[in-house]
Amino acid sequence: MSSNENLYRVRNLKNKIAMVLSCGATAFGLLWLVWILLTTIINGIEALNIQLFTQMTPPPGSEGGLANAFYGSFLMSGIGLLIGTPIGLMAGIWLAEFARHSKLGNTVRFVNDILLSAPSIVLGLFVYTAVILPLNSLTNHQVGFSAIAGALALALLVIPVVVRTTDEMLQLQPSTMREAALALGVPQWKLTLQIVLRAAKAGVVTGVLLALARITGETAPLLFTAFGNQFWSSNVLKPIASVPVVIFQYAMSPFDDWHSLAWAGALVLTLFVLVLSLLSRLIILRNRAS
Amino acid sequence: MTENTQYLSAAIPEVEDAGEKRAARDHRHDLWFKRTMQGAAMLVLLLLGSIAASTLWGGSLAFSTFGFGFLTSTEWDAVNGHFGALVPIYGTLVTSFLALLIAVPVSFGIAIFLTEVAPPWLRMPIASAIELLAGIPSIIYGMWGLFVFGPFMAAHLAPWINDNLGALPLIGPIFQGPPLGIGMLTAGIVLAIMITPFITSVMQEVFRSVPTTLKESAYALGGTTWEVVWDIVLPYTRSAVVGGIFLGLGRALGETMAVTFVLGNAHQFSASLMMPSSSIASVIANEFSEAYTDLHRSALIALGFLLFVVTFVVLALARLMLSRLSRKEGL
Repeated sequence: MSSNENLYRVRNLKNKIAMVLSCGATAFGLLWLVWILLTTIINGIEALNIQLFTQMTPPPGSEGGLANAFYGSFLMSGIGLLIGTPIGLMAGIWLAEFARHSKLGNTVRFVNDILLSAPSIVLGLFVYTAVILPLNSLTNHQVGFSAIAGALALALLVIPVVVRTTDEMLQLQPSTMREAALALGVPQWKLTLQIVLRAAKAGVVTGVLLALARITGETAPLLFTAFGNQFWSSNVLKPIASVPVVIFQYAMSPFDDWHSLAWAGALVLTLFVLVLSLLSRLIILRNRAS
Repeated sequence: MTENTQYLSAAIPEVEDAGEKRAARDHRHDLWFKRTMQGAAMLVLLLLGSIAASTLWGGSLAFSTFGFGFLTSTEWDAVNGHFGALVPIYGTLVTSFLALLIAVPVSFGIAIFLTEVAPPWLRMPIASAIELLAGIPSIIYGMWGLFVFGPFMAAHLAPWINDNLGALPLIGPIFQGPPLGIGMLTAGIVLAIMITPFITSVMQEVFRSVPTTLKESAYALGGTTWEVVWDIVLPYTRSAVVGGIFLGLGRALGETMAVTFVLGNAHQFSASLMMPSSSIASVIANEFSEAYTDLHRSALIALGFLLFVVTFVVLALARLMLSRLSRKEGL
């Protein structure tokens, strides 16, 4: 009897310890989130002013903003999405509509999942060797590091995200809808583009938003594709500044005023990315409710 | 479809032409549609192959110059043109291992909390908050590590670690070093924070996939929450949990910006975790735009190739293990 009670006590104690540790782990995880967000907000707000959006990146010791970097990021993300989204969308459509259980389809899914978490810096190296070097020798060293190369590197990050969400969202659509359309004699392409894709619109848009959230914070693939530029540039064949790269350079520098600019950029970047991910979450939730 | 049109056309000859034409046109359009979509999908396959091929090609100069010594030499001297990758490889492995050591138990704890402990109304907000961590750009982690966590390490954690863990026999030396605040331990901790949300989200997702009847049976037999998790849930989901951990490892190996800020970019080999070091990704990020000789650039691309191959293997293993559980679910 007493050994039974002992056993019970030990098991109970073990359980209590495990539960306390599990609560502790959650508190530990949340602590970092709060700590990182608070530092970014406090340091960022201190440096936030209107000049941030109106002036160019300054040399050390003088006043300035990040206007050219914001524009560069905007331009490259835009082109990256324009290139990456259609390709991702088409590949996702093929996977969901034509290759749901085929071997080739599963291979593409497998490879796409790997690309989804492949190190982004290697994508930068890839664009450097496969695009910048040939471009450089073709144009007689006129075109090298350029905004378009940076946008290409970002497009490579967009593709797997869009492929994955498109595939998943299209597969969720009921097959009765497809059969109804086919029974009316609708050709496959019309069925896919005008019925299935339209029904899955919210989910597909979410994928694009997630992709945008991912590429706006990316630094590594831009370091040696878009490089950087101290001045305003809208030429896609020339090097261009971007917010993450400027943050990297300024944070690593020894100058205090560059540090505070970097914090301001970090705050804007973080807020933008968090708003995007909240927005995509809202779209998913609202869709699930309806 | 063709049978239908034939049947129709026999009855109404004048419709025959238009109907058949239309069917043929639709068929042609569908074929082209399918081919275009398939072409885009093949592009994804091609992409993986060309990344491997082009980085191998770009790194071939370094591989042919140094041969196998590229992997075993610790000397990295850009001025004299000697490049050995052992220090960055070692730094990458050690920081990733440290990150797993911290992130796996923490993620496991959070996943238990989210699936078994927390009241339902609390699950959604906490899960979202943890996922927010995954959304923060890695450069923010880097800045925070450099300006906030690094100094905190130097002022509070490093002296304590030196005094207590550094005095231990055998493992003592790896915890001894100047309180710089940057180094492999700091990088490992920052990486751990970054990969925790990834591992957590896989774990809680697969924990949730365990059939409720299975868990209820165990509870009905008098099992405690911990016993149900450890003896029922974990064995049922083992391969997927390992897959999730590998997914986190893949992230940690390739993470660039967060590590570059806090690792110190030192090419000297040191056993101490408190010393600065370098990782494959941080060396590439730091040096690539300043590499002026072909050999230096090639050595960096060769490093990129190694990183790609290693992460490919790790991520492929992760996917295989994750898919094993979903197959079990299908049965």
